[in-house]
Amino acid sequence: MAEINKKFLVGVYDDEDIALAAVNKIKSAGVKIYEVYSPFAIHGMDTAIGHPRSRIGIAAFCFGVVGFLCALTLTTWTMGIDWPMVIGGKDPLSYPNYVPAMFELTVLFTAFGMTFTFFISNGLGPTVKPLLFDPRCTDNKFIMAIDLSKNKLSETEIENLIKASGAEEVSVKQL
Amino acid sequence: MHVTSPVRTPLVTGGKTYADVTEDICKQVEGKPTKEWKVAFVISLAVLAYGTVCLFWTWWEGLGVWGLNKTVGWAWDITNFVWWVGIGHAGTLISAILLLFRQKWRTSINRAAEAMTIFAVLCAASFILMHMGRPWLAYWALPLPNTFGSLWVNFNSPLVWDVFAISTYFSVSCLFWYVGLVPDLATIRDRAQNKVSKYIYGVLSLGWNGSARTWSRYEYISLILAGLSTPLVLSVHTIVSMDFATSVIPGWHTTIFPPYFVAGAIFSGFAMVQNLMLVTRVVYKLEDYITFEHIESMNKIITLTGSIVGVAYLTEFFIAWYSGVEYESYAFYNRMAGPYWWAYWAMMTCNVISPQLFWSRKIRRSVKWTFFISVIVNIGMWFERFVIIVTSLHRDYVPSSWAMFSPTMFDIGDYIFSFGFFFTCFFLFSKYLPVINMAEVKGVIKSTSEKLPLKVSGVSKAERLASPAYKKDAE
Repeated sequence: MAEINKKFLVGVYDDEDIALAAVNKIKSAGVKIYEVYSPFAIHGMDTAIGHPRSRIGIAAFCFGVVGFLCALTLTTWTMGIDWPMVIGGKDPLSYPNYVPAMFELTVLFTAFGMTFTFFISNGLGPTVKPLLFDPRCTDNKFIMAIDLSKNKLSETEIENLIKASGAEEVSVKQL
Repeated sequence: MHVTSPVRTPLVTGGKTYADVTEDICKQVEGKPTKEWKVAFVISLAVLAYGTVCLFWTWWEGLGVWGLNKTVGWAWDITNFVWWVGIGHAGTLISAILLLFRQKWRTSINRAAEAMTIFAVLCAASFILMHMGRPWLAYWALPLPNTFGSLWVNFNSPLVWDVFAISTYFSVSCLFWYVGLVPDLATIRDRAQNKVSKYIYGVLSLGWNGSARTWSRYEYISLILAGLSTPLVLSVHTIVSMDFATSVIPGWHTTIFPPYFVAGAIFSGFAMVQNLMLVTRVVYKLEDYITFEHIESMNKIITLTGSIVGVAYLTEFFIAWYSGVEYESYAFYNRMAGPYWWAYWAMMTCNVISPQLFWSRKIRRSVKWTFFISVIVNIGMWFERFVIIVTSLHRDYVPSSWAMFSPTMFDIGDYIFSFGFFFTCFFLFSKYLPVINMAEVKGVIKSTSEKLPLKVSGVSKAERLASPAYKKDAE
């Protein structure tokens, strides 16, 4: 992992509004923020830190298309090519009747494809050891981590910035 | 984080802070099982054991042990199946449709409702397996290459659509539920005291650490999953209704079935959520999270969907008369005044009249009334399916084939099995997993709680309100 042997400054905040304001304040001072950890989603936090917009919607759409094509192939092959049968006096290939199965398979592929893309792209998995700067980030605290090697300002300058932005505690963490 | 108008009543009462939310929910998971829980669990296990014996005998002997006859070939099995599938609609409705509508009150009830959905769909699926008679051949319903001359499943058949709909619905519901659970499992992992639970919740929480990047994608996929689940949940009961509606049996062959079944499903699902949540809220002391506001909102949905169901009943009658089809007219006349009149009127009373009591604010905010009417609604919805299935079948085309259906102890025992299974699962869930979505509740606590959390670490409330982020959101 890229984080090995790096020094981080960790600020602990008590409130999501203060944390969000702090991110804006510290960013405007020219400091790059590594990440903010929170017990729940804070709207606008990802853009405030400067994370790019997620492209997972595109992945979801692609999985949906794959699911639909699989369903189309399955129904066409089984009903029309491999063993065509006239049922209820209708053409062996009666696509309107296959809409339910196609719809369900499209949804199934989209949901699972997208969610597993999410797990993989965020490095989530049953054997993953979580990178926790402070375990309270899953309870009630908002944790800001700043990678010192990625910033030009000195440690004390950044520490003062974090303190001034309303942090309860500031600590150094070596990974 | 938008600012809610002060007129709106708070969703979380008692001035809870984020730490309080964690503590209140996690202590149920971390503590030793209470005596009440143990008693309830043992009872549900006993019920399950009795049901399992009945089910074993049903499979051992064959479906002849049921009360079915040549005329009434579907009775309690499919009634129970449709009833459980219907109940299984509330969870996804709450978490998906209410998410799309930005209804914040869903946050306190969505976790338990989704769990209930999953267990209810499993119960429904068990009746599919049961009524096959030879459950070991259930895989015949899947489009698998086979040795019968490459004959495939018939994609023109609503029964095959059902296989796809129910299995997709079940898997996507599980996925949606699990994704929502991951942040809360991480909370439990970080609080866990002993090694075993730290390991188990650690594996289940997939290394979640609540980074902003993960949260933003999490929100994104939750929205897409909600967008997918909404048509999915509507499709499931639509397809279930097509099992009947695409047939030529008078009483089944009606185009009103899909919307009418979907409304009925939401109706019974919410009633079941009420029953479970009213008990959970008292036992786990969650009155600050599941408030009268939540109960009232759910009751309003019950009244709405109950009224839709009522209108559907009347429309069916009107169309039976207006169409001039005498077989259709007779089927409906026979429902109302034939030998099964009691089932019909039980359905009408329970489903159409009882939810109208919720027009009274006093009744819809009363725990006792809500619990009572919810039970009545579910009885009524069971009778609805019984009326549709049995009364449409029992008068066959030739009067010499007319028959009545009476259940045997195995019809009843197999139904009891599903209750035992459902409650066993629900008790296990309520003990070992957080019953309320902590992360989502924390997310709405500030905009909707009675007061803002007091601790602000050196920054005054005025300063905080003046912060650029807060102002921007207020705009």
